[in-house]
Amino acid sequence: MTSPTPKIRIRDLHKSFGSKKVLDGINLDVMPGTSFVIIGGSGSGKSVLLRCILGLITPDSGSIEIDGENILAASSRRQETLRGEIGMLFQNAALFDSLPVWENVTFGLLALKRLNRTDARSHAGSILAQVGLDPSVGDLYPSELSGGMQKRVGLARAIAARPDILFFDEPTTGLDPIMGAVIDGLIVDCVKKLGSTAIAITHDMASAQRIGDEAAMLYKGQLIWQGPGSSLMDSGNPMVDQFTHGRREGPITMELRR
Amino acid sequence: MLLDLVARLGRTTLGLIRAAGSLTLFALSGLSHLIRPPFYGRVFLSSFLETGFFSLPVVALTALFSGGVIALQSYTGFAQYHVQNAIAGIVVLAVTRELGPVLAGLMVAGRVGAAMAAQIGTMRVTDQIDALSTLSTNPMKYLVTPRLLAGLVALPLLVMVADVLGVAGGFTVSVVKLGFSPHAYITATLNSVKAIDVTVGLVKAALFGFLIALMGCYYGYNSKGGAEGVGTATTSAVVAASILLLAFDYLLTDLFFSQ
Repeated sequence: MTSPTPKIRIRDLHKSFGSKKVLDGINLDVMPGTSFVIIGGSGSGKSVLLRCILGLITPDSGSIEIDGENILAASSRRQETLRGEIGMLFQNAALFDSLPVWENVTFGLLALKRLNRTDARSHAGSILAQVGLDPSVGDLYPSELSGGMQKRVGLARAIAARPDILFFDEPTTGLDPIMGAVIDGLIVDCVKKLGSTAIAITHDMASAQRIGDEAAMLYKGQLIWQGPGSSLMDSGNPMVDQFTHGRREGPITMELRR
Repeated sequence: MLLDLVARLGRTTLGLIRAAGSLTLFALSGLSHLIRPPFYGRVFLSSFLETGFFSLPVVALTALFSGGVIALQSYTGFAQYHVQNAIAGIVVLAVTRELGPVLAGLMVAGRVGAAMAAQIGTMRVTDQIDALSTLSTNPMKYLVTPRLLAGLVALPLLVMVADVLGVAGGFTVSVVKLGFSPHAYITATLNSVKAIDVTVGLVKAALFGFLIALMGCYYGYNSKGGAEGVGTATTSAVVAASILLLAFDYLLTDLFFSQ
């Protein structure tokens, strides 16, 4: 019996900026329908990895496959199409501040011409409701929203086109613990309802445990551990344990200038 | 010592060539989307209004006062030689050939070029440009191409208004303050101006509009490093647009009017 094709398969991925190695031979399989969490400290390469998969950064070498297709070898038009199947919640939500919320939410649908503007306006209300926002929020501009509301609108925008793959970049950063839990709950609900494959990067351990079926830790551009999300706090790997428990002493040393 | 100097000169030259190449590729990429759908009419309209309509007051006032100043200054000089009648011709030629496009260009560079760089730069540092890519939208096509087109179209229209108001400024000063006959002034103006003067002024305006938008978009699109980066991009866009505008003004003048 053949094993199922991973939704996302990464092999020997390398990326450097000048002399600084950011990704150093990443190998990763994310199976369809899995919610995968990547943890790691600041500067460990998490965001760069996500941006490589999204096609926003071109890696130096290696391969990234989505449903078995190497996206790095695909034409730019094909890459654009594949990117249309991915929804992304950015760390700071990255809402278009010149557009009202409803247009932010349905931006991708309007770009793909799946909706006209009149239908998009009403459709935005139902998507906003899915993330717990009143449809009247659609008439506001991003600058009029709180941080938590902006994250919800960002999530609504990410799920609007019902993508196969969802990426979450530090979904709870800058939020209070309760709002963080609310956003995590919405993420889990949305991923389950859509049946999407999700990758979240975070250094918020509570968030990682709530979101992740599977987890991995990135350290100095390498995946040093991978396992079930439930074993995140008790992985048996000294580096992961130090990180997840926030211990000052351990194998990971901070490069501080004294 | 000498080697250091040569090395530094080489690095600077290579840097300039690299920057010129990068700017050229950016401009070609922006222009190539003019003929490839989808087209973003709303973004174009909004950029056109921002570049053209909302710049109208500042360009109009600049042209009006500049026309008046030329009339006054010309009178002061020409009166010594009793050739005051040449003032109408001087005003209309100065305004249509040079002052209309150059002053409108500099005003728009300060107002719109800076705004474009700041807006696109902020979108860059807050991941909004990356967000566009993830939403099946080419950022060059959505952000840059409509602005280049808006600059190209709006500035000639602004300069038409500036030409009329510049001549009106000269007319007002000449008639009200210097005692010229309105009829004689208008006749002298019409006799002096040729179609080529106005046409070249409008061609200059189109090029200046394109350069202003290009600089605003280029520096904004490539900005990095947060608020400071956006500030630097904005300053660079205005300075580069102003210098390029004056350099191309000389080149076009030399091309069309040198004997």
